[in-house]
Amino acid sequence: MNSSNKQLTKLLSAVFVTLIYIFLYLPIAIIVFFSFNSSKLNIVFQGFTLQWYGIMLQNTDLMSALENTAIVAVSTVVISVFIGTLAAIGMFRYEFRGKSIVDSFLYIPIVIPEIVMGISLLAFYHILNISLGITTLIIAHVTFSMPYVVVTVRSRISGFDMSVEEAAMDLGATRLHTLLRITLPIIAPGILAGAMLALTLSLDDVIVSFFTTGVDSVTLPIYIFNKVKTGVSPDINALITVIILITLLILVVMRTFEAKTSKKGLV
Amino acid sequence: MNTVTPPLVSFRAEATASEKRMALSRSIPLFLMVGPVILWLLIFVAAPLVYILVISFMKKGTYGGVVASLNFQNYLRIYDPLYLKIFFVSIVIALATTVLCLVLGYPFAYIIARARDRNKSILLSLIMLPFWTNSLIRTYGWIILLRTNGTFNTLLQSTHLVFRPLQMLYTNGAVMVGMVYTLFPFMVLPLYSSIEKLDRSLLEAANDLGAKPRRAFWRVTLPLTVPGVFAGCIQVFIPTLGYFFISDLLGGGNSVLVGNLIRNQFLAARDWPFGAALSILLIVFTIVLMRVYKHFGGSLENIT
Repeated sequence: MNSSNKQLTKLLSAVFVTLIYIFLYLPIAIIVFFSFNSSKLNIVFQGFTLQWYGIMLQNTDLMSALENTAIVAVSTVVISVFIGTLAAIGMFRYEFRGKSIVDSFLYIPIVIPEIVMGISLLAFYHILNISLGITTLIIAHVTFSMPYVVVTVRSRISGFDMSVEEAAMDLGATRLHTLLRITLPIIAPGILAGAMLALTLSLDDVIVSFFTTGVDSVTLPIYIFNKVKTGVSPDINALITVIILITLLILVVMRTFEAKTSKKGLV
Repeated sequence: MNTVTPPLVSFRAEATASEKRMALSRSIPLFLMVGPVILWLLIFVAAPLVYILVISFMKKGTYGGVVASLNFQNYLRIYDPLYLKIFFVSIVIALATTVLCLVLGYPFAYIIARARDRNKSILLSLIMLPFWTNSLIRTYGWIILLRTNGTFNTLLQSTHLVFRPLQMLYTNGAVMVGMVYTLFPFMVLPLYSSIEKLDRSLLEAANDLGAKPRRAFWRVTLPLTVPGVFAGCIQVFIPTLGYFFISDLLGGGNSVLVGNLIRNQFLAARDWPFGAALSILLIVFTIVLMRVYKHFGGSLENIT
């Protein structure tokens, strides 16, 4: 391949990749753009305003949807990371009968279509006479995110050298002490990765939430889904923009934290 | 904890009594650690799925409930031309989405996998970033762009490219755009990891042996990245069948996919047994695809 040909390939690659990223960010950018629009309609930009950011705070339905989303996401992360990490360590450390069954069992929620999980939980809650609400929603979110946590944490700790634990105990550390001071700090990046994944899955879910949420526990995506047909007011654009800023902030913090831990050579 | 390291276990092989005690002291922490996940999976995954299987053989009650009975009526109803057409359209849309994602995703993943290390991690996190905004919110962004008085039409009209607004929203094309958009990262990530893993010296060897880059790609790169291609295709194809909210929002009433059909049975029509039968069919379909995938050497770990 001659050099001018190579140059052309490089240029075309850059153009292609840029176009794909524009495609990926366009719908998000348009929402952010119209959150500053003084017109009530998301059609043409009439003038810059921040009024929607004030209006959104007074929209009690929207704020309670935001609150529900946050409660569900945080509870999902805490529960699924707690029991998921325990299982990951247990499965990594011990050999036991039926381990391969548990293993393939874990992949069922990962593989089956979300809609099937949604309706099966709906039917299950119904037969047990459990009314839909924030608890049923949290249970559903834990159900689809926990297997991912187990798989992620397990793959991250598979390189973990267990002799460090033995050394600690030989030197007189108790089991609990070893777990808290040796094991957990070493596998922390794996747990963090699992937590991030659980958070992402919970925030991104629409389908399972659609079937397992009640009228008084509407989350943000469900709120917007119900509103889209009748017309969405621009304060939702403002709220989405705020959420995007917050998630960006979380990502940056996580990134620096990850960079720090990997510099210490803890991975 | 040292009971589980192999040398120590064999060393204590003679002392059976103490080993039994060890086994017991081992099984308690094991039970405490793995038990909760097993219980959770049994209660909230296995039991609901079994229940769906059971009601798929039942009858619809007068007020929307289910009536105990054993029949295959719900499965036979799927052969109605109306439903067969929905299945056909869904599969066509899912296939087209998969092909489009693959055609766009492969070169994209290839370029990123071959980028300089520093750029690589930035480019990768740029694909993940939109995930942090809920997919329904991003679909709503597409509505703003595509509708009759939306951004695209406004731009086209102000540049006098068209005189009347084009009907873009509420078409199968809009549904496809939404599906490709939402599922594109699921195609790119497995492709990326399989291309990244590819041993570059193989390509050099092909080059040394006189293969032109194009031939090397078809004979070396592509065959070796087939597991990534399969993993990506499965992760795009299966969800597309169930993503009812995309066809709802971007297809309007014009687009009814399997996902919408199932949703309607559980909410609007309140015919749970039929909805359950459709879901079972979707599960069987998924299992068959996974079997094919594993048959061609795919591993489940690539699906996460």
